[in-house]
Amino acid sequence: MMRLEKRPQASRAFSYATPVLAVIATMVFGGALFAVLGKDPLASIMTIFWEPLFGDFAFYYRPQLLVKGAPLVLIAIGLSLGFKAGIWNIGAEGQYIMGALCGAGAGLAFYPAESVFIFPIMVLAGALGGWVWAMIPAVLKVKFGTNEILVSLMLVYVAEQFLASASLGLLKNPEGFGFPGSRNLQQYASAHNGELFAGSGMHWGVVAALIAVIFAYVLLARHRLGFAIRVTGEAPRAARFSGVNPTRLVLFCMGMSGLLAGLAGMFEVAGPAGQITIDFNVGYGFTAIIVAFLGRLHPVGILLAGGLMALTYIGGDIAQSQLGLPAAAIQVFQGMLLFFLLAFDLFTHYRLRLGRTEVA
Amino acid sequence: MDLSAINPILFVAGFLVAATPLIFAALGELVVEKSGVLNLGVEGMMIIGAICGFATAVETGSPLLGFAAAAVGGALLSLLFAFLTQITLANQVASGLALTLFGLGFSALLGQSYVGVKPPRLPDVNFGPLHDIPVIGPIFFSHDIILYLGFALVVAVWAVLKFTRMGLILRAVGESHEAAHALGYKVVRIRTLAIMFGGACAGLGGAYISLIRVPQWTEGMTAGVGWIALALVVFASWKPWRLLLGAYLFGGITQLQLNLQGAGVAIPVEYLAMSPYIITILVLVILSADKSAAPASLGRIFHASN
Repeated sequence: MMRLEKRPQASRAFSYATPVLAVIATMVFGGALFAVLGKDPLASIMTIFWEPLFGDFAFYYRPQLLVKGAPLVLIAIGLSLGFKAGIWNIGAEGQYIMGALCGAGAGLAFYPAESVFIFPIMVLAGALGGWVWAMIPAVLKVKFGTNEILVSLMLVYVAEQFLASASLGLLKNPEGFGFPGSRNLQQYASAHNGELFAGSGMHWGVVAALIAVIFAYVLLARHRLGFAIRVTGEAPRAARFSGVNPTRLVLFCMGMSGLLAGLAGMFEVAGPAGQITIDFNVGYGFTAIIVAFLGRLHPVGILLAGGLMALTYIGGDIAQSQLGLPAAAIQVFQGMLLFFLLAFDLFTHYRLRLGRTEVA
Repeated sequence: MDLSAINPILFVAGFLVAATPLIFAALGELVVEKSGVLNLGVEGMMIIGAICGFATAVETGSPLLGFAAAAVGGALLSLLFAFLTQITLANQVASGLALTLFGLGFSALLGQSYVGVKPPRLPDVNFGPLHDIPVIGPIFFSHDIILYLGFALVVAVWAVLKFTRMGLILRAVGESHEAAHALGYKVVRIRTLAIMFGGACAGLGGAYISLIRVPQWTEGMTAGVGWIALALVVFASWKPWRLLLGAYLFGGITQLQLNLQGAGVAIPVEYLAMSPYIITILVLVILSADKSAAPASLGRIFHASN
């Protein structure tokens, strides 16, 4: 018989090994899935993980890694703060949309004026949009004890409707021949979040993501607030006795994650996406949940996980065009990753003992 | 705007239909939560049920077989959740989210060749002369068998929870898993069965959307109904009858906003479409003050080591 025994202390080795094991297991089972779909499993996996980095067109795909990774990392860093403390903001997708709407709206309000101040104003507006959207579940939680999971999630659907409304009405391009969607910010120099170095994929969102990683690292490792977050997650009772203010913690964690998600949306709409359209959001807010867990809720881990997840997006696109792998297969692939991660995490906290089970 | 375009009889009959997916999904989740498990994967299980039911109904030509397949599909997916939370003792919130993300992707994969296909229709139950009663007939006696099954299931769950030994054990496990374990009940086994029941119910609810309410297949077509179902359980303070009431309320709102869209009210479509979600939030706010009805072990991990 096998039985589980709780480790007195979480295993560090397994804590690091779990994401690697999960990725390997996902490759194996993902490969099996691709085989069922009638694709060569090895070729599919190679296309997804190798082609974007070292393939013939890597010079084109590598910058994409930054473009896709930046919003994921930015959002996941914010989410990880809350997740660490047991505060579940799962509506980052909505905050991302609101950030994009506010950011783009602020920029378009000045159109066609050109000024160096427009882009900073857009950044502030985007951050504010995401922050406000996240403060709704936060305030309801601290005031009324409302479940933040459900409220933040409901607000995603509300935000999607706002997005539809804005791209059909308020922010619609007056010179767009009646098509839905806003003006293209890529053609508005003052508002464009362009590449900082040509061909590098580096835009202000990437810079912001890196700053967020450093900021989160310092916060968690060195700051009192970071300590409060960690204690609340690991021992809520102890946290209360040590004087942690749960209200402030909820407001901070939710607000911060909303702010970062809003920024991600704003950088995306002003840069790679270019314009507000009905289906402008592509689910980064949800994928970022996987990124946060895959990165073990640790800033550096999230940076790596964000890169890996960006890789599956890009590799998935390549596999789609070259091998005819359906887009949904990649979504399944990403979902699988989270499953394996959660399952393997068992060994971080428990060890498997072989032997007879005794009667207690 | 022409409010007279809304036919009150069709409206009521319509909201009974709109409420049914919610009834199934929320009732399943109620049983799961009564056993002390929080499964946030309702949306994922629903969408899997929606596609399993749709595909089976189209392939076999039998909507009832479709519903059976939906229940099986939902239950199978919920087994993944049961494995994660009961065997590998993973965090229930994260596992539920994983289930939803995976379910949305997997359903899209399964449903690729079914976009734009029309499913076979499930005929209405023949009530004979009852159907011809004015007003009452078209409202209550002109539906398919699954809608009545939903109502019957509410009664059954209520009776089982309240009057039977099985219900008592389930509630005991949900209130205090240590005590139930000490009494010799198999906590993990009972919870796994409850989770599977929840999965099957969510699957049925999903199939009701894809086979009857809409009826067609589109990616992500459950559009948050699974999440509203979760909110509904809180709204109902874990009581089946209040759940039924809540489902009709939400069904009514959904139907009303659709009818208002159709009637061409001066409110933009998008604002009407967001109203069910906003009302869910409002209801949650009003009812969150009282958490005393929640099962005491809800969301806590059980490991029989000590």
